[in-house]
Amino acid sequence: MNKDMKILIVDDFSTMRRIIKNLLRDLGFSNTSEADDGNTALPMLKSGGFDFLVSDWNMPGMQGIDLLKAVRSDPDLSTLPVLLVTAESKKEQIIEAAQAGVNGYIVKPFNATTLKEKIEKIFERIDAGNG
Amino acid sequence: MNNEMINGEQYLQNARILVQHLESKNYDDAEKSLCDLTHIQETELYQELGKLTRELHNTLSGFRVDSRIESLAEQGIPDAKERLNFVIQMTDQAAHKTLTAVEESIPVCDEMVKSTEDISEKWKKFTSRDMSADQFREMAREISIYLESSSGKTTILRESLSDIMMAQEFQDLSGQTIRRVINLVQEMEESLIGIIRISSRHSNDESEKTNKKETGLQGPQIPGKEDEDALKNQDEVDDLLSSLGF
Repeated sequence: MNKDMKILIVDDFSTMRRIIKNLLRDLGFSNTSEADDGNTALPMLKSGGFDFLVSDWNMPGMQGIDLLKAVRSDPDLSTLPVLLVTAESKKEQIIEAAQAGVNGYIVKPFNATTLKEKIEKIFERIDAGNG
Repeated sequence: MNNEMINGEQYLQNARILVQHLESKNYDDAEKSLCDLTHIQETELYQELGKLTRELHNTLSGFRVDSRIESLAEQGIPDAKERLNFVIQMTDQAAHKTLTAVEESIPVCDEMVKSTEDISEKWKKFTSRDMSADQFREMAREISIYLESSSGKTTILRESLSDIMMAQEFQDLSGQTIRRVINLVQEMEESLIGIIRISSRHSNDESEKTNKKETGLQGPQIPGKEDEDALKNQDEVDDLLSSLGF
């Protein structure tokens, strides 16, 4: 796992963006950018260079699930690892996210250990897939 | 108009019969004709009364049928109360978590400040060559104790700061919850405007049903009001995902 990878954090609440940013920095990832919904995030992702997307689901404007679908359907972004961090905990939503091709799913409230574990798992799988 | 004509003719006919009966001194039949005459009037009265009753009934059931108001009163308001209580609970927890972390950190800082001051006092003596060999050994011992303990103490401080940071997630969760209550209040406002419109028009036209089952995004689950399809924690989410091949 490359600690210098560029990560985009998408959440409509700036406090949550700061929390995730701080947690990621604690884990050694300090190359992060922020966006407040899918509409802002998508052009940033398209402009390139991002290695990992951490997004909320429920946001005004473009929601996280639609951002995920947009990412998967864009040939340049389709393989970008995506972690959803959301308060949505209904079965059908988790299944929808899985079907849309999410790489990890964390329900809020969450803790630093969960974030660490999920990120490690996502990149372990990706590394195993590539190797 | 038509009704009036028919009634008028009937009045006239009944009146003629009445006069005929009276002229022929047939009083029994005259009385019967008189009853027929008043009967027409009574029927009109009943019809009018019936119309009023129907309007009243329709207006009342108009209120009842507007299920939006009903569901707001039965579910919306209690739901909003629980959501707001949940916000109180979350902010309470966040405040306590933060205060606990601060209360645990302050004595640690105080201890560190005190040890640092003690040692730097002695260090000054040492640099000005105003120290015996025994005092030097004493200072060396204190320094090594200080160095050993300081890594543990800074770890405690680091953890407290992390706790304080994580406690701030209440802002996101309570923000989402309050947003839903604002939506509910807005819906209630619209319904109340609807009532005013209905009562001012005294009509029973559209009372649009919007009793949609809540679908889509739900935001944070409210304790005691959890959706039955909602998973309780990260472990359950992980289990579901692994059953889907994750």
